[in-house]
Amino acid sequence: MARLTLNALGKTFGTTTAVAAFSLDVKDGELVCLLGPSGSGKSTLLRMVGGFETPTSGEVLIDGEVVTRTPPERRPTAMVFQSHALWTHMNVFGNIAFGLRIRRLPKAEIASRVGRVLALVGLEGYGKRQTNQLSGGQQQRVAIARALVLEPKILLLDEPFASLDQHLRERLREEVRDIQHRLGITTLFVTHGQDEALSLADRIVVLKEGRAEQVGAPAEVYRSPATPFVAGFIGSMNRLPGSVEAGRFRHGALELPLEGVPDGPAELAVRPEHLVVRAAPGGGAASLRRLTDYGTHRIIDLETSEGARLKAQVADGADLPQGPGLQLEPTAWAVFRNDQVIARSPA
Amino acid sequence: MSADTVAVRRRARRRPDWAGLGLGLALTLVILVPMLVVITWSFSNVWRYPSILPQQMGLKFWQATLARADVWSALVTSLSLASVVTLLSTVICLPAAYAFARLKFWGRDVLFFSFLAGQAFPKFGLLVAIAAIFLQLNLISTFWGVVLIQLVGTLLFMIWIPVAAFQAVDRRMEEAARDAGAGPLRVFWSITLPQAAPTIFSAVLLSFVGTFYETEGAWLIGAPQIRTMPVLMITFINNQPVIQYGAVLSVLLWVPSLVALVFTRRVIGSSTFARGFGG
Ligand SMILES: Nc1ncnc2c1ncn2[C@@H]1O[C@H](COP(=O)(O)OP(=O)(O)O)[C@@H](O)[C@H]1O
Ligand SMILES: [Mg+2]
Repeated sequence: MARLTLNALGKTFGTTTAVAAFSLDVKDGELVCLLGPSGSGKSTLLRMVGGFETPTSGEVLIDGEVVTRTPPERRPTAMVFQSHALWTHMNVFGNIAFGLRIRRLPKAEIASRVGRVLALVGLEGYGKRQTNQLSGGQQQRVAIARALVLEPKILLLDEPFASLDQHLRERLREEVRDIQHRLGITTLFVTHGQDEALSLADRIVVLKEGRAEQVGAPAEVYRSPATPFVAGFIGSMNRLPGSVEAGRFRHGALELPLEGVPDGPAELAVRPEHLVVRAAPGGGAASLRRLTDYGTHRIIDLETSEGARLKAQVADGADLPQGPGLQLEPTAWAVFRNDQVIARSPA
Repeated sequence: MSADTVAVRRRARRRPDWAGLGLGLALTLVILVPMLVVITWSFSNVWRYPSILPQQMGLKFWQATLARADVWSALVTSLSLASVVTLLSTVICLPAAYAFARLKFWGRDVLFFSFLAGQAFPKFGLLVAIAAIFLQLNLISTFWGVVLIQLVGTLLFMIWIPVAAFQAVDRRMEEAARDAGAGPLRVFWSITLPQAAPTIFSAVLLSFVGTFYETEGAWLIGAPQIRTMPVLMITFINNQPVIQYGAVLSVLLWVPSLVALVFTRRVIGSSTFARGFGG
């Protein structure tokens, strides 16, 4: 059981800064997701924890012990690669047993440990298979088993399910969450999919250009994004340009009272499910464009009188009039200026 | 190789494959026909112009050739030379190839291309220059002198081919092995080498066969003490107006090629080899 501490960790490749002074404390048994777009430094960060990249600054500590310069073979970490990186010249058993053989464990113990971990990932009896006789999902399970069999203190996963289809991805995600819970293993999980992060993580780190934009529980990151980037990256988000005048945010006919905010340009961020749409007999801020039925919910596309496009989630929507007669009421929102939150709806 | 690809090939084979047929025919004409003629010559006791078939077939010249001590000693010389050169070349070139493929060191690119440059110039001129040096080192007409000259000849593909093979190995596989607790040497031995093995094996085979047939260096450095099979054959052809001696020796010379081919087929046919290709 282990704690992972990253202390002002930085990595530059020539002139590109992949990770900039990144600090994070991962508690024992916690699952932290590193979430960010491609090129935001997620892999580099993970690889520095695994020992595959040497940091240009800062340090990595596992249980208080500095491992910044320790080579991967002597770190208590285990990594699952996106491309699974199974050894094609060994069968499934050989892949999983490799690390145990290096540790010179007795044959019987190796067999029993491999058997146990295969059962854990739902692949009993697959030991004799060649890796190329497995489906993509099974290969990724073997890769996870290969990492788990070493009983690492820290488990690292770099977009492990990115190449799988949506359905399989969701199933494996749940399995990983289950296993991680059962073993109580401290885990860093890299992903660029916000739904993956939201459903898996105890905490999410949103990365942008090698820096943490926000660190927080999924609900917190979702409900109270700290920056417009986070707001836009996680979940679906409407962004309305406007201005603050005399304590009110204005976008056309849409107005919101704000307290203690100086006048100037600002941007309102509202999620579709936090935007209540009503018919306004006297004419309103927006007009209806389209209604899409997703089965579980319905989404309407709106256009404001200022020409901005928005989405709103509605229960029915059939009762709404065509044309410019809709009134908008944000129930939860944030107002940004210069990439900073300047006002938020009362919780 | 997966079952799918085999099935695809079978399906493809049903349609007449004109390009393949033409190529096969051309190969037959260029390779098989001369081979058949040479084999026929080797079994002809009498074959005089203008008869299309030999007047008398028999083992006369085989017996005469195989009865000669110089043929046997040349065969032994050639086989030991090819084995020693291939072994040395493997021991020297594989680590070098790995270094070229994976490590960054000063002068890497210059050194790498110097192997190519060495092959770009007329070989004989180079050989004469080397012979002059060997003369001073008392290496002329010695076994190890020939080993040295033939070793140089194998360097090119014994480095270039394995470099390509090592570079093709997925780095993530190597990293995964480090992650599992293997040190760099163990990773090379257990992951990189097996992954690159099929390609490297072909380079080793090429080195063996190429050395066996190498003539210029063997003749220039080895004569008159060291006589390899090809050198002996040239002497035979030059000194004996009887075609059959040359023919018998030619057929004898094909033996290592055939052995190599059979061996390659067995290795390529086995599943471990196919797996090495990730197939
Ligand atoms: N080995 C490398 N050499 C040079 N630049 C690199 C290397 N690895 C990553 N980078 C750069 O660092 C940045 C972060 O990359 P990466 O950590 O792979 O991002 P992510 O995993 O979030 O997609 C990118 O700009 C990338 O081009
Ligand atoms: Mg990445």
